[in-house]
Amino acid sequence: MNNSEKKRMNGEAEEENEEDVEDEGRDAWERTYTDERSWEALEEDESGLLQPIDNKAIYHSQYRRRLQSLSATSAASRIQKGLIRFLCVVVDLSKAAGEMDFKPSRMAVIAKHVEAFIREFFDQNPLSQIGLVIIKDGVAQSLTELGGSPEAHIKALMVKLGCAGDSSLQNALELVHDTLHKIPSYGHREVLILYSALSTCDPGDIMETIQKCKKAKLRCSVIGLSAEMFVCKHLCQETGGSYMVALDEGHFKELLLEHAPPPPALAEFAIANLIKMGFPQRAAEGSIAICSCHREAKVGEGYICPRCKARVCELPTECRFCGLTLVSSPHLARSYHHLFPIEPFTEVSARQLELSRVASKTCFSCRESLLTPGAACTKCKQYFCLDCDIYIHESLHNCPGCESRRITPAAASATMS
Amino acid sequence: MATLPSKPIADDVSLLVVLIDTNPFFWSTSSSSLNFHQFVSHVLVFLDLIVRLSQLNQIVVIATGHNTCDYIYDSSLDTDQVTGEGELPALYSFVLQRLEEFVDKDEKLGAKQEGLSEKRASSLLSGSLSMALCYIQRVFRSGPLHPQPRILCLQGSPDGSEQYVSIMNAIFSAQRSMVPIDCCYVGSHNSAFLQQASYITGGVYVKPQHLEGLYQYLATVFAVDLHSRSFLQLPRPAGVDFRASCFCHKTTIDMGYVCSVCLSIFCKHHDKCSTCGSVFGKAQLDAASDRKRKASES
Repeated sequence: MNNSEKKRMNGEAEEENEEDVEDEGRDAWERTYTDERSWEALEEDESGLLQPIDNKAIYHSQYRRRLQSLSATSAASRIQKGLIRFLCVVVDLSKAAGEMDFKPSRMAVIAKHVEAFIREFFDQNPLSQIGLVIIKDGVAQSLTELGGSPEAHIKALMVKLGCAGDSSLQNALELVHDTLHKIPSYGHREVLILYSALSTCDPGDIMETIQKCKKAKLRCSVIGLSAEMFVCKHLCQETGGSYMVALDEGHFKELLLEHAPPPPALAEFAIANLIKMGFPQRAAEGSIAICSCHREAKVGEGYICPRCKARVCELPTECRFCGLTLVSSPHLARSYHHLFPIEPFTEVSARQLELSRVASKTCFSCRESLLTPGAACTKCKQYFCLDCDIYIHESLHNCPGCESRRITPAAASATMS
Repeated sequence: MATLPSKPIADDVSLLVVLIDTNPFFWSTSSSSLNFHQFVSHVLVFLDLIVRLSQLNQIVVIATGHNTCDYIYDSSLDTDQVTGEGELPALYSFVLQRLEEFVDKDEKLGAKQEGLSEKRASSLLSGSLSMALCYIQRVFRSGPLHPQPRILCLQGSPDGSEQYVSIMNAIFSAQRSMVPIDCCYVGSHNSAFLQQASYITGGVYVKPQHLEGLYQYLATVFAVDLHSRSFLQLPRPAGVDFRASCFCHKTTIDMGYVCSVCLSIFCKHHDKCSTCGSVFGKAQLDAASDRKRKASES
């Protein structure tokens, strides 16, 4: 503290110098040592010469490791995924959420990333529902009911951002248990707790509540923002969820978005059921009807419930009058890539590429020349560049090589047997 | 990885990826007034128009065949193209030559297979859509300034139901990257997949009534860049059908039953899901142990 004060005074005295006086009294050359640590960016090759870091390759290898760990479990057996999820997101808005170790404050960072998470969640799980709960002043309140519209949740969250008081994990778990108890048996019950506090102020025995949640088949996961806590770890172990502690903002975002794709479903958790659903047609252009969500007369675009002929504005939704779940076929199709995932590509080094018999060394899908090591599909044996590999597995979910081949029924049965 | 587009060069510069359907099963049986050669000539004049509209416009042509898909032309490559044969400009002769090579290759790959039921032979649309999207991602990565990409599908073959999942995956990925998929369908009945694609991604779907004037449809509807589309009255979709078809009879249904495990759609209540084998109404573990008990008893 003293040093920096002295430097600040020195800095003020030196203002007439050409160098600008930086904030906090540190010069740029000093910042490269304390903040940026430029020596960590250097690497040596086998002969001891310095070489620049290939960030792209590092990113790609981290990505591949993540993909391998994800697919290792599902490759052996076709693990079912819980596609119809009912998720309660619990945000801890106690005094600890006002800490500034995440810039500008933990609460602001949480709000920003929860918004992104909600959009991503509904993008990947269109048939699922989210409910928001906040913990403030030692009590848990339900911010929004379980619902399928992202805008409603985001709007409600942005309004109520203020932190105060203690945090109570048991109250939150009780509230979530009561909310999720009422949902139909085919849904997967999940809880995601974003916990910033280091303590919990409970009215009773939290271990009993944890057992109650376990019996109700709630899968509770926690993302901690300060430090690891035993009670959170115990909760996650008992209920089969995951407990992670975020190191910084980027890591927090990554951990949060990991909960967006459906988790593997344990067989005894949800009962398979046939859910009656309606596939409404679009209303005719120029038809006038009173819509059931806004209670006002609307013209044209909207959908008509096939059972009770009420008009709804957007899908997916539940018809207010007859309770039928209304979806369109693209909503179901959004989840199909979870059921038919593509296998990860194998890595191909530059050497293997040279030795291969491929005429033009370009990526099959984007036709960029393959200078750096690439990836190859195990089924169609085509080569792809690293960026296409990432895009194909994260967003597209189709291998262009496999899609550009026609497999006859004879060949298909030969590969299957 | 970033899937959001970065800033385009200027409002009216476009990158157009054209997917041409060369499926021989469609073109040989098509009873319309357009044959493949006329079709290609309309398309070539259209491509020339795009190139002339702005110096910065880029075109990529991908052919969708029956057994394979491949890149035909990329305007950003400075290939030493064949100089114009006689009175044809270099672009035309290059594309024609590459298309011929492609059709031969497609035919050779098909010759190895036998016994396909040819009534509804579809082309590999999902393959060319996937390749187009990967190319567009490469353009996004290329730097802060790039043209606005869009995809134009010139399709005539009927939809292949085995490609449903892959085409939907491609459509959702295009929607996330904000790439519109336009379609000019020259076949006989409307294509439900392409209508959904245009609707979901914000593109335009047109089924021309007079195929002899195909160039006119292409020039008036699809030549305009994305920014200027807001000033034009483009053909609007007339009733996109989003109803699902049931897995047992393939009929479109209004109301049905959906398996909560694998999301298969059925029109009637069943006891067991035919896709994933889950028994309805029982917890999976009980069902599995029931099956084991029955197997050991029998």
